[in-house]
Amino acid sequence: MAHEKAIGKLTDSRLKMYYSMYQGFMLAMYLVLTTNNMGIMWVAMEGATLATVLLVSLYRTPESIEAAWKYFILCGVGIAQALFGTILLYYAAAQLGDSDGALLWSVLYANADKLNPDVLEIAFVFLLIGYGTKIGLVPLHNWLPDAHSEGPTPMSAVLSGLLLNDALYAVVRNKMLVDGATHSNIAGYLMMGFGMLSFLVAALFLHRQKDIKRLFSYSSIEHMGIMTFAFGMGGGMATFAALLHMTVHSLTKSAIFVTVGYASQIAGTQSIDKIHGLIKTQPKVGWGLLIGTIAIAGFPPFGVFTSEFLVLVATMHNYPWLAPLLLLGIGIAFAGLFRHVQPMTYGAKPETQQAVKANLWPVMIHLALVLWLGLSIPTFLANWFSQATLLISGSTPL
Amino acid sequence: MNIVEQDFYTQIILSMAALVGLTSFLMLGQGRLLRLIFVFALQGLLLTLTTALVAYSLDNPHLYISAVMTLALKVIFIPWMLRREVMQMNMHRDVEALSNKTALMLGGASLTVFSYYVLHPIVQTTSPAMLNALAVSLSVVLLGMLLMISHRQAIAHVVGFMSIENGLFFAAIVATNGMPMVVELGIAFDVLVAAVLFGIFFFHIRSSIDSLDVDKLNRLNEVDK
Repeated sequence: MAHEKAIGKLTDSRLKMYYSMYQGFMLAMYLVLTTNNMGIMWVAMEGATLATVLLVSLYRTPESIEAAWKYFILCGVGIAQALFGTILLYYAAAQLGDSDGALLWSVLYANADKLNPDVLEIAFVFLLIGYGTKIGLVPLHNWLPDAHSEGPTPMSAVLSGLLLNDALYAVVRNKMLVDGATHSNIAGYLMMGFGMLSFLVAALFLHRQKDIKRLFSYSSIEHMGIMTFAFGMGGGMATFAALLHMTVHSLTKSAIFVTVGYASQIAGTQSIDKIHGLIKTQPKVGWGLLIGTIAIAGFPPFGVFTSEFLVLVATMHNYPWLAPLLLLGIGIAFAGLFRHVQPMTYGAKPETQQAVKANLWPVMIHLALVLWLGLSIPTFLANWFSQATLLISGSTPL
Repeated sequence: MNIVEQDFYTQIILSMAALVGLTSFLMLGQGRLLRLIFVFALQGLLLTLTTALVAYSLDNPHLYISAVMTLALKVIFIPWMLRREVMQMNMHRDVEALSNKTALMLGGASLTVFSYYVLHPIVQTTSPAMLNALAVSLSVVLLGMLLMISHRQAIAHVVGFMSIENGLFFAAIVATNGMPMVVELGIAFDVLVAAVLFGIFFFHIRSSIDSLDVDKLNRLNEVDK
């Protein structure tokens, strides 16, 4: 940020707005995670959108304003669908009597089998489309690469690491209610379809990217696709894998976006074609980017490998005919990432390129945590995930 | 279902639903911005009346607060803001040429039929009158989207966005007699913030591309950039 200010992209007042909006966004995100009221969850989700809109257009370039406008309209309309779903949910719950607690998740969950299955099926379609827009599910993903590439880099990191996860969390919460009411896996099938589609489309799009931040935002869509797919598959192992994947993806992705921010400062551009020789210019940034990419592509021994492997095993177990698609997608995504990252990190250093002052401790700590999770998951974390899995899917992981 | 057989309250609610649906169609075919904003304010007024009516007939005081909030936000503040914007941009004489109005109207009509089709399973759990009200509010939501697709002015997009919100609000009022108070306050707050943000955005868009035509926001795309 200090760098941005130095080159005249930001003024003091905008920096002030940046910090206050950032805190507002964090408040809304934590509210989504902690509230028991489905209505408040929607309000907080919408609030998070509103808080980040002005952050995306922070640099006031025509591109960033376009990105912010797209983000605003698409997410606003999308999340309106989720409100319609919430209203239907409330409508179904109000028929049981007791209208005071009718939107409290704990009450709804306890009475899930009494809710009208027809109404809840319709409600879930709206909820999935609505929150799915925020997850970045294809074909509702258009805003995501734009907002990520034009906004300030710390924004991209929290959008990828937090906002997308929160939206997925909202979907999973609703799925639990719907599953309880319909006694079928209809919600799961919908999520599997959307997740698989997003995963494959994003993996292919990785090859065509020219902007480094767009590249990694497509990688986010791809990983959110895997998670949605795994949560949709249900069952102990897939749910456990999805939770683990959520954790390691957030850690890795925020590390990558921080490194990418430094990389584009070094090269003075976000265009992939113009970034060369990062390792020669500033070894720490170059290696950070390379190792981050290795981790996100799912190389052992990093945590992403563990979770992707678990998803794959669960797929082979439950839907063997989907496993080749999953493997193919992972392969395509891997190739797409490396084809762009390799020329950026290796190669000779351009003469004009200077090292910048960079604090890479957060990156190293994040990547070390991911490595640790890949080598051995600590018992308390594993227990915690197992409990969540038991709650979500009704069975234990292994 | 014969409307004469229903009680008085249901009859009025159904008429209100019909009127709200009608205003959506009016907005859809409207090329003049000022008239578009006027019809939008009218829709807000209908919503206010419906809310007040439900509050009166169910003796539910917190719905009066919702009614007042709707009046203040959607009948007065947002139309006033949009109108001021149109005047400042000197666009009040422009007529937007909508391509193929007939197809647009037919599209709107089929969206309405579609929303009846989607919500039909609900009919087992409730009265046909409720199905009508819910289906109309869903079609208002869908018509708002169609409005955003078919118009090119940013102001028309905002009107479409807010009319989607109107449709949702109508569903909440009629089907469930209003959401819990705290949720409604939250939604109203979000709408207010969104309206203010739209105001800021008009300023930014105008200063960066010198127009409010969203077709000119086309720099970011996937192919040959």
